[in-house]
Amino acid sequence: MTGYGEAAFVYSPRRVAAMMLRYWYLLRSSWPRLIELVYWPTVQMVTWGFLQFYIMQNAGFFARAGGTFIGAVLLWDILFRGQLGFSISFMEEMWARNIGNLMMSPLRPLEFITALMAMSVVRLSLGVIPVTVLALLFFGFNLYALGFALVAFFINLMLTSWAVGIFVTGLVLRNGLGAENLAWSIMFLFMPLTCVYYPVTTLPVWLQPVAWALPPTYVFEGMRALLIQKVFRSDLMIDALLLNAVMFTAGVIAFLKLLQSARRYGSLLQTGE
Amino acid sequence: MSNPLHWIGLASGGGARHICAMPSPPPIAVDRLVKIYKTIAAVDGISFSLVPGSITGLLGGNGAGKTTTIATIMGLLTPTSGRVTVLGADMPRQRYRVLHRMNFESPYVAMPMRLTVRQNLTVFGMLYGVTDLTQRIEQLAAELNLTDLLDRPAGRLSDGQKTRVSLAKALINAPELLLLDEPTASLDPDTADWVRAWIERYRRDRRATILLASHNMTEVERLCERVIIMKRGRIEDDDSPAKLLARYGRHTLEEVFLDVARGRGFDSEAAQ
Repeated sequence: MTGYGEAAFVYSPRRVAAMMLRYWYLLRSSWPRLIELVYWPTVQMVTWGFLQFYIMQNAGFFARAGGTFIGAVLLWDILFRGQLGFSISFMEEMWARNIGNLMMSPLRPLEFITALMAMSVVRLSLGVIPVTVLALLFFGFNLYALGFALVAFFINLMLTSWAVGIFVTGLVLRNGLGAENLAWSIMFLFMPLTCVYYPVTTLPVWLQPVAWALPPTYVFEGMRALLIQKVFRSDLMIDALLLNAVMFTAGVIAFLKLLQSARRYGSLLQTGE
Repeated sequence: MSNPLHWIGLASGGGARHICAMPSPPPIAVDRLVKIYKTIAAVDGISFSLVPGSITGLLGGNGAGKTTTIATIMGLLTPTSGRVTVLGADMPRQRYRVLHRMNFESPYVAMPMRLTVRQNLTVFGMLYGVTDLTQRIEQLAAELNLTDLLDRPAGRLSDGQKTRVSLAKALINAPELLLLDEPTASLDPDTADWVRAWIERYRRDRRATILLASHNMTEVERLCERVIIMKRGRIEDDDSPAKLLARYGRHTLEEVFLDVARGRGFDSEAAQ
């Protein structure tokens, strides 16, 4: 017969699994959603791949720096798609007017966040893995040849994408779908500052400390060091990890505060604009 | 009003069996609740508590404060002042102690449309920690005539079918406290009647407490043994339908509602 099973204050993997199942059902039922996962990463990779191909034929330095553009595009996609995968899964609840059902259910905020994080990895895998295969076929760039470095890059980029995703989700909960555009655009603020396609020294001196305050900067610098100088900079990865720990904690605290504020101002009742 | 004390425990010791009278908290207790949005008081110092196993109607025009009251009971809103307890838990602070024992249904909160009925119920069943979930879904589907719809996407159902699915979601954890917001809105009379009969049966079989917000006075008259009428954030009247009719000297609750909404007050002669 029906039972309630779980103690009231327990973090429940079953509830996390329930939310993951919900998003999986959704993805499985909608081919446009699946196509969208692959479409933009492919377009971007192909565009930048041809650009790099052209530059390599015309400049000696870039000939040595083979793959930095494609590598940067693929790593940028991990960062961008990771955050988008997190935020869009949450936005699906707002679009479906289902957020009320969830907020009245025993689902805890941290369980919700865990499910969204897991789904961002699932969505990212569905979108980026096929594109990495295309990069290998079209341009001979093998992302997986980065080996352990790729794992370090991936972990750091995912942590940043989750931190930003958690913060944006809190903003949307507090302010409604009027804040939806932030989910799509906030990461682009990181693009010039984290020096995706150029070294930090390219930035004006006064802007460089800002760049070094952002964890992805260390990843992109690390990638260039690996591809150009053939050196794995573990010091950069450790710095990025420490900064990510701060960013992730700040993101979770901001989310919980914004949720508290949403309960105070009645935002959970008005999930429209 | 019946005694809110429950006989809920049998304790045995030293060979003797003792029946212990333990006060169980009321399913809902609202005490001087105030909710102010910026400068507007949506709810202005209301107090009431519900008796276990009762169906209570919460009536009021638009802007009367019903939604704010219900949202606070469900832990979606923090009171500006006052206190709301649900099954003994302070809301919203202690909501996770009791959310698995209550549930909610409203036509204004949707279920994910692309998911089938079975998928939706599976997800919510897991969220509510329901054991034997497959069996529970089959049982609810049989009771609510949903068996043939289980593998259809929720978005492709008629309004009446969607309401039954929402009810199934609200009952997935067999809640002892059920909050219903306009449970028969936009339903044809036949389906609405079926839903009302089902609500009555569920209350009786589960001994559940139900708080029902509705604009349908026939529904309230049929289902509720107590009616709380709100206006501009305050409770204007609170009694059984029969006593309200007598007090206002009216034949229908709709007439009583209009009297309250238009500030006509009750007929003191009839009340005597």
